[in-house]
Amino acid sequence: MAGTAVRGRLSWQVATVAAVTEETGSVSTIVLDLPDWPGHQAGQHLDVRVTAEDGYSAERSYSIASADGEPVAITVERLEDGEVSPYLTQELRPGDQMEVRGPIGNWFTWGPHDGGPLLLIAGGSGVVPLRAILRHRQRSGSTVPARLLYSSRSIQDVIYRNELNQYRGNAEVRYTLTRSQPPGWGGFAGRVDDAMLARIAWPAGQRPLAFICGPTPFVEAVAELLVARHYPESRVKTERFGGA
Amino acid sequence: MALDGNAIGGLLLEIFGSDMTSAEATCATCGAVRPVADTMVYLRGPGTVVRCCNCASVLIVVTRVRGLSCVDLSGIAALEVNPRR
Amino acid sequence: MTSPVSRGFHRLNRPAGAEAGKLPPGQHVTTDFPVLSAGPTPHIPLQEWTFSIRRGGETLRSWSWPEVQDMPAETVTVDIHCVTRWSKLGTEWRGVPVRALLDQVEHDAQYVLAFSDGGYTTNLPVKDVRGGQAWLAFDYDGQPLAPEHGGPARLLVPHLYFWKSAKWVRGLELLDHDQPGFWENYGYNNYGDPWREQRYAGD
Repeated sequence: MAGTAVRGRLSWQVATVAAVTEETGSVSTIVLDLPDWPGHQAGQHLDVRVTAEDGYSAERSYSIASADGEPVAITVERLEDGEVSPYLTQELRPGDQMEVRGPIGNWFTWGPHDGGPLLLIAGGSGVVPLRAILRHRQRSGSTVPARLLYSSRSIQDVIYRNELNQYRGNAEVRYTLTRSQPPGWGGFAGRVDDAMLARIAWPAGQRPLAFICGPTPFVEAVAELLVARHYPESRVKTERFGGA
Repeated sequence: MALDGNAIGGLLLEIFGSDMTSAEATCATCGAVRPVADTMVYLRGPGTVVRCCNCASVLIVVTRVRGLSCVDLSGIAALEVNPRR
Repeated sequence: MTSPVSRGFHRLNRPAGAEAGKLPPGQHVTTDFPVLSAGPTPHIPLQEWTFSIRRGGETLRSWSWPEVQDMPAETVTVDIHCVTRWSKLGTEWRGVPVRALLDQVEHDAQYVLAFSDGGYTTNLPVKDVRGGQAWLAFDYDGQPLAPEHGGPARLLVPHLYFWKSAKWVRGLELLDHDQPGFWENYGYNNYGDPWREQRYAGD
């Protein structure tokens, strides 16, 4: 078992696409068949390598959208000028193959033993690893209180909306829409700011653990706001996404 | 645009043979100690440049020269792979 | 292990047929303008900006932004070639020829080390920056050069790989002997001629 795990980490494995599901107009979830997958922690990512017929290859990193024990899935946002994301979200079909390396990243991870309360703050496709954390939390039966604040441009851009709306009790999801809100919108509007955090962030005295994921400017702005609310830097974990 | 050390997790895994994102790096210039995940990373240029988020000094440079990865760690004074949490 | 082909995947910018004759080996044409940096984008107020020529730690001559703007400038259209294999054809720049700056200083140096805000450096032979093929460029495509592309001013040396066209350049250090700059120190070629594919040291 340990031998399998090491091989899985250090080398590229062939992955076969099991399913491609559209989440929003520009975002799709790809379920992969990875027979040698060693398991993973919520928050980790994997590297994908796609190779063209002429031998040209490109590599990209994607957060793992699934919890350990579920079929490995990634959720990919199609970038307008991208080279790989348009391929993955528009061309890819079940049966197609790519190579995968991972899981990667043992810092931006959460498991029930890490405790909480948990504050998850997502900007756009930054919701992917945080969704994995929520799924893992639920599957493990953890009762650690968790709140997700999810910032998107508009309601059409919200990924996993039906699933996120199911969370009840001591797991709470709140949305903020920055560019447009539907009629009768009862959630937050505009960018994450201190006033919004005042309503959703656990008080620092409760020793919360925060995970922020999204584009670099978003992550840095939110991290600064949390530190200003006396969250110790060591309890604010960040992962910055960039265009590819 | 800068990313962070999470973005080079795979690259460092390939080079070091284990996950380095939670390894704690001491900046040789300012002495700040941060997990590798919490560094500023500049990708896509002639090489990958990893900088201290406290003083912006270069910590690590990885270039790929004729298919071989060349890693320069001289910006790091110390690297602790399994830090006590 | 041979990588399996990912059905239907191909590179974004296909090597152009018609332009292939104009491209250095191993390059492909891009229509966008990738932003590649080794560090954070510096922001310097123009009233603090200077361009200096130095030698042995001493500033021989320095120009302020208005002084550079007062000098005769040229608009040039050139092809640029990045060592990461993209080339951009027909880019338009406006700037002051480096020769006009260097000629105001008496020296016999053979090499220069261009230095930039943020600590970036790159080395060049003096004859490559004097011979009418290098500019201190401050406009790109008819607009002031954007910070992420090196503004307010960068070096433009299109006959060499584009890492030699130092962004955020603040001056030239005159050298007697060639000395590797930032990327040259990490394994890149000291000269960097794209037509002879001099990417790495030893090429």
